[in-house]
This record gives sequence, structure tokens and C-alpha cells, in this order.
Amino acid sequence: MIYLDNNATTPVDPEVSDAMFSCLKRDFGNPSSSHLLGKKAKEVIENSREIIANFLGCRRDEIYFTSGGTESNNLSLIGIALYHKKGHIITSAIEHPSVINTCLHLESLGFDVTYAPVDGEGIVKLDEVRQSIRKNTILISVMHSNNETGVIQPVEEISALAKEHGITFHVDAAQSIGKMHFSLAGSPVDLMTVVSHKFYGPKGIGALYVKNGTNLKPILFGAGHEMGLRPGTENVSGIAGLGKACEIAKRDIKLRVSHTTHLRDMLFNSLRSNIPDIKLNGHETKRLPNTLNIRIPGLTSIDLVENIKDQVAASTGSACHSGKQSPSSVLKNMGLSDAEALSSIRLSVGKDNTEEEIKKAVETITNAVNEMNKKPAAKKPVCQ
Amino acid sequence: MSAIYLDNNATTRIAPEVLEEMMPYLSDMYGNPSSMHTFGGQLHRRIEEARAKVASLINAEPEEIIFTSCGTESDNTAIMSAVESLPRKKHVITTRVEHPAVLNFCQHLARKGYRVTYLPVNNQGQLDTNVLLKEIDEDTAVVSIMFANNETGVIFPVKEILEILKERGILFHTDAVQAVGKIPIDVKNLPVDMLTLSGHKIHAPKGVGALYVRKGTRFNPYIIGGHQEKGRRAGTENVASIIALGRASELAARNLSEEIKYLSALRDRLEDTLLKCCPDVRVNGDRNSRLPNTTNISFEYVEGEAILLRLNEYEICASSGSACTSGSLEPSHVLRAMGVPYTAVHGSIRFSLSRYNTEAEIDRVIEVMPLIIRELRLLSPYGREKIVCPPE
Repeated sequence: MIYLDNNATTPVDPEVSDAMFSCLKRDFGNPSSSHLLGKKAKEVIENSREIIANFLGCRRDEIYFTSGGTESNNLSLIGIALYHKKGHIITSAIEHPSVINTCLHLESLGFDVTYAPVDGEGIVKLDEVRQSIRKNTILISVMHSNNETGVIQPVEEISALAKEHGITFHVDAAQSIGKMHFSLAGSPVDLMTVVSHKFYGPKGIGALYVKNGTNLKPILFGAGHEMGLRPGTENVSGIAGLGKACEIAKRDIKLRVSHTTHLRDMLFNSLRSNIPDIKLNGHETKRLPNTLNIRIPGLTSIDLVENIKDQVAASTGSACHSGKQSPSSVLKNMGLSDAEALSSIRLSVGKDNTEEEIKKAVETITNAVNEMNKKPAAKKPVCQ
Repeated sequence: MSAIYLDNNATTRIAPEVLEEMMPYLSDMYGNPSSMHTFGGQLHRRIEEARAKVASLINAEPEEIIFTSCGTESDNTAIMSAVESLPRKKHVITTRVEHPAVLNFCQHLARKGYRVTYLPVNNQGQLDTNVLLKEIDEDTAVVSIMFANNETGVIFPVKEILEILKERGILFHTDAVQAVGKIPIDVKNLPVDMLTLSGHKIHAPKGVGALYVRKGTRFNPYIIGGHQEKGRRAGTENVASIIALGRASELAARNLSEEIKYLSALRDRLEDTLLKCCPDVRVNGDRNSRLPNTTNISFEYVEGEAILLRLNEYEICASSGSACTSGSLEPSHVLRAMGVPYTAVHGSIRFSLSRYNTEAEIDRVIEVMPLIIRELRLLSPYGREKIVCPPE
């Protein structure tokens, strides 16, 4: 299996699973316990917090552990809304469901939400964000890069806008961290979502960066864990894994960027020479080094993904949407027609992919496409 | 000699079988269960197998189990879902001895305008269901009462509670984090509407829990986003930990009756010997309705924290109060609700056992505890030490 679905989730790095294993085996205490096993577990957590803060360029007391990206996004949006009790929120039309659906929920509670559109290359329109700012805007939430197209958003400009108007700014950086150079140092970002399993850490753990002084209310209630912001016995092994993933990312990021850029471009160039009418979705350069979203006119990508599923792991839309077979709303928002969106496929490479694998994947995809072009009446796609 | 771990109500050691089962999902089997491709898709099936195992532990149906990130999330989700599904009702009933995940969520609801009743317990830590009967009214949306208490191990009369609530249109949630895997629970027999359980109390890892929601109960998700867990809990599934929880549930179900016998014998020996050998000692909690693994003992005239420090020197891990509130010098809210005298509250220690404890470990505790208590009482300004059994 050639795994080209690294934006859905990544392999757990062996160094990460080693760190988790020893933690699961030995350091099983409850970090809130005062005895030796409790203290050891507490040490694991605080050590990880330090590593993560160091990697992200923030203070350790600005890192809060959560159960994952969805919870971090929920906490950011609902936590700010709970603090202000009413007001207006600006987000973009291409956010992850954990942001979009939370905004819809907040609308049902009486908040106003503006979904800023994107241009044809998948970039949030800065002017639209600027124009939609109101006196009662309490939050702007924009993703750092898009999960489907990999397009990097004008986060710096938007955060400057937010700062100028005294509005809290949240960034969902799930897809960017560990894939590209990144630092919070000197940045006006107030809240940032960190997702472990998108950069070689385990699933079930995430973090939220909360800049000191940000007025955020908790969404879960219980004992006083995570400085009162997130109750629940800490996922110690997950936290150890996330810490290790950050340590490795800091060490290897340069190599990762060049390696994935090389493989991604090789993949695109080879596919394009075999299947000439392939089109790239999204901005060519303002893009994550690992992500390729292409459309193959005349083809239904869900059939393609189904046909190659035993050889190559790829995705139509993001993994979280795959349960339903409707055109990607991200691509539709970029102006693609239903047919164009339904003929698009996402290939996301990772640090462990090799040139050999890319060559093989190109061959598999090319053959499948040729085969499908010969038999236009392909079998009905299976939607799990 | 490795540490003697007697703090299993705080958290448990991960069973070797569980660790073995989950590790492949932290290495080669890393896909996303929502993915269409074979690699991710196969994980979906493994999650469903785990769901069936968790369901089986409490005799539920697999589709009645929702995976969450922890007990706290399950508790919050359950109570919120209950009040949201009965929007005209503004009254919530719980007890004074619940876990902070329930107590503080109820306080959150109180700030939002809900009326919250906290039922008292008697000096045995036991609930009087007549009081519940008096407190319910037309406005009551949900009753949330724990199955067994984390500090004392006292088991509440869930069957009687259900009798009272029956056919009144009041939802019942029970935080069974401490009870699941320690005593038999059968949701077909005890038709609770919602039930919380947590992985790390039954030898699975931290960071995974579940919420049982009885078929036909209206449910509103708490964490919002993707379609995972049939739209009932968003977020990429914590595959390895879910599989671990499945395996841990299977182990718990398989060994339950033997473990109950084994643990209650060990616990009783520890308790009886300490009662005999240390003067001015009392057991907190109803000894006739208690988890088999838990004992909460008050040693008058000494500080629980001081006992723990001395136990630490012997590498014995126990707890004063619950882990979630340890570190604070506030006396236990559970013991205070039971009316335990002030001097005894401060000197209370909880020993909570698991299948991994041995007779030799209990012998060791029986050997050192009287010495520690005598020593501390000699230093105490209240110190009044009488006879102590000589260590055997």
C-alpha cells in the first residue's frame, strides 16, 4: 500500500510510538496524584508542554491539551462566544467541519456569522474579511492552510486586521504544523489549534495555544486540570507522543519540506505527462509542500479512489467528508462546477514516502484512469 | 522492589494484553477510519469490534455506545444532551458526592438559570431514595447519580432510583466510571438512559471513555464537527485507545466474578487488620454496599497528606480523597457530606486495589501502616497513641 493520504492522518513515527509505549507501560499514574507514580506522570506532561511550546515559539503556560483538533476548534469558537455571550464571528467558507458546523451551531444560539469567500485559487479574500468586520465582531477564525487543497491562507494579514480592531483571532493550524516552517513568535495570533495525528503523532490528542490574556471560557466542566480550561484526567501517553512529534518536527522540518516538495512535484509532473488534461486545484505556490489536489476531466474521482484503493491510499475531498458522496464544498467555493469537483482527487505525501513509491503510484493511477476512460460506465461507487 | 500501587480508583496500570492489542495501531495501522481506501477502511471494522466488546461488558447493544475522550466529556455530554432534549424543564437533580465532572457541570447549568438539587447522603455515604422522591417535580429534566463513589466505594441504589423515576419522563444518567468492570452492570436489567464509563479505570489508557445512550433516548452531540460516531461525537477516532478499551472491557467481563472474590478478600484483610491494629480508626462508607476494591479509612489525629508522604518512602501509592482534588488542602467534599468529624476527615486514606495487587503487597502495607500511624501521632499535638499490634 502506497500511502498518499497524509492530510487525513499520518503514520505514527517510531520514535513517537516508543515514547508512548514506555509511558503506557511504566508511567501510568494519575498526574493529579501526589505519590511517586503521579509525580512521574505529571513530569511527562510538563516536559511535553515545554517541548511543544519551544517548537511553536510560545510560552509553556500558553499550551492546553485537548482530545484533538475538533475539540480545540470547538473550544476556541464556543469558548470565545461563551465569554462574550453575543456578537458577530467571521470565518471562511472553506473551514473544516469542526469550525463550520460549530459556527452553524452558534448561529442557532443567536450569534451572527460571516463566511468569507475564497478566490478561484482557494485563497480567502482579504477584502471581504476586512469589509465584514463590525463593531460587535468578537472573533475571526481562519485556517492556516486548507486540508483539501493545501492552499496557505493570508493568516498574517488577517491577524494584523484582527489586532487593529481588537478582535480575537483563531487559527486552525491542523494541516500546517509539522509540514512547513512555522512559528508563533511575534505573531498576533490569539488561539491556535494543534493536531497531533497530522504530523506523525497519535490520534486522540491535540492542543490549543491560548495567548496569555485571551478571554476564553471552558466548554467542559470538571476538576481543575489544564489550569481550569480543560478538565479530565490527562491523556498522558498521548501528550508524550505529541511532545515527541514536536521534537522530531523541529529537528527535521527542513528536510521534510524539501523531501515532500520534491515528491509532490514529481507526482504532479509525471501524472501530467501521462494524463495531459489534468488540472491543479488551488494556488500553485502558496501551498503546503505535500499536497496535490487535481482534477481529471471526464472522470469520477470516487471511482478512481475505489479502483486503486488496494494499491494507493488517496482521497476525494477530505477524509471527514468521505461518508457522503457530494461534491467538495471547498472546491465548489473556489468556483468549480459539480462535475469538476467530483472529478478531483487529493494526493498528500509524507516524510516516509519514497521516489520509488511515487513512480509506482503514478503508474497505478495512470493505468486506472486509462482503464476507466475505456469503460466509461464504471461500476457504481461504494460510499461507506 | 517496585512500587505497591493501591490507588486504582485514581487510575490503573494498563493490562499487558491491552497494551499488546493497541500497539499495532500506534505503528503500522495508522490510517484514518473515515477514509475510503482499504487501509483506513479496515480500521472502521476494528472500531466496531471494540464497540461490541464495550457494549457486552454492560449488556448493551453496540450502537448504544459512543466513544468519547474521557469520563468528564461523557458526563458533560450526557447531562447537556438530557436538558437540551427536554427544553421546557429547568430542574436537575444530582448528589452532593458526585465527581467534579458532574458537580461542576451542574454549577454551569445553575449559572445558565437551571435549578439544581444536590441530594444529601447519610453518615454511611448512602443515599436515601425517599429524599429523591420528595425533590422530583414536573420541572425535573434529568437525574444524574453516580453508580459508585470514587472516594468511599459506596454503591448507590440505582434500581430503587429507577423505580422512582419510572414513567415520569425524567432522564436518568449515571456516572459509572468507578463501577464498570468492578461489579456486574446490566443495562437491560437496570434500564438507565445514559451511563458514563472511562478507559483508564479499567486497565485501558487515559484519553478514552464511552457514553452509553439507551436506544430511543434523544441525543444531542456535544463536540461538533465531522460525522464520526454516526454524528454523535465529532473528531477523528482515537483508534488505538478505542481498541484498547474494547480489549480491557473483554478482560474485565471475563474475570469479573473471580476478581470480585479476590479483591474483596484482600481488601477485607487490609481493612480488618488496620481496624484491629491502629486505635482511633474508622471506615468511611457503607460496608454492606461497597465496591470490592475500595476502602476509605480515617486515622484520627493525623494528617492524610503526612501518611501519604510516609507511605511514599515505602513506595506505597495510596490517596487521600480523590486524585482530582488532591493537592488542594480542602477536605474531601464526599466525607464532609457524610458528616465525618473534622479530625477524621483530614486523616482519611483511600486504598483502592486491582487484579494486579498481591497478598504480599497487602502484607507489606499491614506491616508498615501501624508504624507510620504511631510515629505520626507521637509528633502530633493531638497525639494520643495507645496499643499497636506488633508487626508480625
